[in-house]
Amino acid sequence: MAHVLVVYTDDEPGVLTRVASLIRRRGFNIHSLTVGPTERAGLSRMTIVVDAEAPTVRQAVEHLRKLVNVLAVEQLGDRPMVVRDLVLVRVAANPEVRSEVLQLAQVFRANVVDIAEDSVVIECTGSLAKIDALVDSMRPFGILELGRTGAVAMARGTRTPAPSRAPVPLRTGTGPEAMSV
Amino acid sequence: MSEPGSFTGAQLIWESLLREGVDTVFGYPGGAILPTYDAMTGYTIRHVLVRHEQSAVHMADGFARASGRVGVVVATSGPGATNLVTGLATAMLDSTPLVAITGQVGSALLGTDAFQEVDITGITIPVTKHNYLVTRAEDIVPAIREAFAVARSGRPGPVLVDITKDAQQARASLDWEAAAPQRHLRHIPPTPKPADLARALDLIRQAKRPVILAGHGIQLSGARAEVIALAERADIPFALTLLGLGAVPATHPLSLGMMGMHGEAWVNRAIQEADLLLAFGMRFDDRVTGKLKDYAPHAKKIHIDIDASELNKNVSVDVAIAADLGAVLRALLPEVPVADRSAWLSTIREWRGDSAVRDIKNLPDDGHLYAAHVMHDLWRLTKGEAVVVTDVGQHQMWEAQYYKHDGERSLVTSGGAGTMGFALPAAIGAKLARPEAEVWVVAGDGGFQMTFAELMTAVQEGVKVNIAIINNGYLGMVRQWQALFYEGRYAATPILSPDFVKLAEAFGIPGQRVERRGELAAAVAKAREAQGAALIEFKVEQEDSVYPMVPAGAALHEMIRRPSALAETGSDPV
Ligand SMILES: Cc1ncc(C[n+]2csc(CCOP(=O)(O)OP(=O)(O)O)c2C)c(N)n1
Ligand SMILES: [Mg+2]
Repeated sequence: MAHVLVVYTDDEPGVLTRVASLIRRRGFNIHSLTVGPTERAGLSRMTIVVDAEAPTVRQAVEHLRKLVNVLAVEQLGDRPMVVRDLVLVRVAANPEVRSEVLQLAQVFRANVVDIAEDSVVIECTGSLAKIDALVDSMRPFGILELGRTGAVAMARGTRTPAPSRAPVPLRTGTGPEAMSV
Repeated sequence: MSEPGSFTGAQLIWESLLREGVDTVFGYPGGAILPTYDAMTGYTIRHVLVRHEQSAVHMADGFARASGRVGVVVATSGPGATNLVTGLATAMLDSTPLVAITGQVGSALLGTDAFQEVDITGITIPVTKHNYLVTRAEDIVPAIREAFAVARSGRPGPVLVDITKDAQQARASLDWEAAAPQRHLRHIPPTPKPADLARALDLIRQAKRPVILAGHGIQLSGARAEVIALAERADIPFALTLLGLGAVPATHPLSLGMMGMHGEAWVNRAIQEADLLLAFGMRFDDRVTGKLKDYAPHAKKIHIDIDASELNKNVSVDVAIAADLGAVLRALLPEVPVADRSAWLSTIREWRGDSAVRDIKNLPDDGHLYAAHVMHDLWRLTKGEAVVVTDVGQHQMWEAQYYKHDGERSLVTSGGAGTMGFALPAAIGAKLARPEAEVWVVAGDGGFQMTFAELMTAVQEGVKVNIAIINNGYLGMVRQWQALFYEGRYAATPILSPDFVKLAEAFGIPGQRVERRGELAAAVAKAREAQGAALIEFKVEQEDSVYPMVPAGAALHEMIRRPSALAETGSDPV
């Protein structure tokens, strides 16, 4: 069962390694992990989709909370949320089937971002299920290449802003790129 | 704040350590940490030069466990740093607060596979609470301050600070106040919910057969008095984990003794038959639960631990409280009803009676020397007041069974990691932390050979530790498993040893050999009287086994008992 965690961390080199190391070490199965900046400088936000039963997810949350670089962990799912994934998929489409492929893409409100002689690249944003459905519908034509970003998630409705305890930036771990992750 | 640029980074390291109250560090120099060693001469901090960096961590670990203070290690980059890994893992698994400072190659060389460059922050992520790569002098003080705060707070543990050589050489100012750490406060557990406390009280009130499971967290929380008060008020017996030994007194009337794989049968039976377990600062490790499915099947469970990730991890419980144990118990105590559970206590006493005849220390002296005798006599001769630092193996279990630890922090042993080679260096650290204490090393012939070079450290530093080597000619604990579960094929477990008496002499310390129980007391007295470190080799029965034993994967009550027929005739006690 997929559970969505939102993890707020310091924006610091090495944080992703710490989180990834924890997930690997504890044997948590993850579906996706995305990370990016937030509305506040110094604060990163990860969305982790964990594929596990509830007790395992609770464990994962408690372990993540122990990392010094983690400000807060929220488990979405108790509340309505928006989960979005982006896919780029290159589909085999010679002139004979091209219009059929484009039509299908439209059904999913996907964009065609590149057309070559015998293939098209389709871009689509949506829920995990919608992306899965789009990909399935393209399969009969032949999928030549596929890349997904992994989910980014957010609770719906009004909410408290990102963790109130301000991160105290410690300017360590700021080695040259070679050492950062 | 000091004048801009008034300190080198190296000086800032020592300034920070001083301000954190450090008076002793354990270390080994090398190129990348040389500026820091060079600056050391200006400070009063005592540096203990080890013979291997792994031992430096064990020393700092023993120092911390014996005293409750943060242990500090200094090492160079590359191999110096990688030699720390086993020590850090040992400290991590047993929640010891440590700060390890390593030198790193110059920041311009990072990532180039420069001479003695190793990504030690990458390597140590899983074996530290946190670590830092510091590349600028002005970041040294905040990093070290935070490292100490992280090491001490919540569930304690080791922290590593890797500092590039150029950061040690560059100049910066010292602003201690501005560097006050805050991030360690992010995860302070919330105060317990009143509903959880109420539910816990309810369970205690209803319990007919409760048992307290006393763990290491009692010492880490400083909750000894509270645990004893609760046990006495509610008349609840306590069983101890290996690291819990000493947390509450072994000779207390409510003390049952050690639980788990080599716990006494009556202790495990009490747990299996209990209707309530109160787990205080312990983590239901597989060595104490046996097969989880059959663990304490009739018991409701209350689990109090500061580490929320330990709750409902191995054993699901009825009340889980993530908080400081002492604080919770202080909140609970006034509400805990005074009770009389003499029926339950006498049932346990009956079970115990059955085991007592099997107890090796009641056996007649038949001329053989058994490790259990050695432990029992050592306990008697030191009046149970020594700090005993054990290595890993059979001797460790015998020590836990037969040396009755009453005092807090009186047993130092590697529990979670089971690191052989731990005892001698950890004992040196323990003695330096508590110079007034009598410190004994109890090590096997195998483990002692892993780190005995530290004898020279003890001599060089004038550290008086008494050393008992339990020489059975085998990697005994592994041999025992081979005897029980691998049809007696002793693959790679017979081990030769040097002449330990001559070895001691080579290091300039007195060595003695004891082969008969009758020689024991005099040898112990002589070792205790020696000015500095002293060593006794006990040549014990070679194929002796630790009983009782719960085989790995069996339920806690499925114990292999001491062979009673043998025990009763006293002919061949095992
Ligand atoms: C560093 C390390 N290597 C291997 C082991 C596995 N091991 C556990 S107990 C043991 C035997 C210890 O032998 P010895 O030190 O002679 O003690 P004894 O069991 O004989 O009392 C071994 C090899 C370990 N715990 N630690
Ligand atoms: Mg041995």
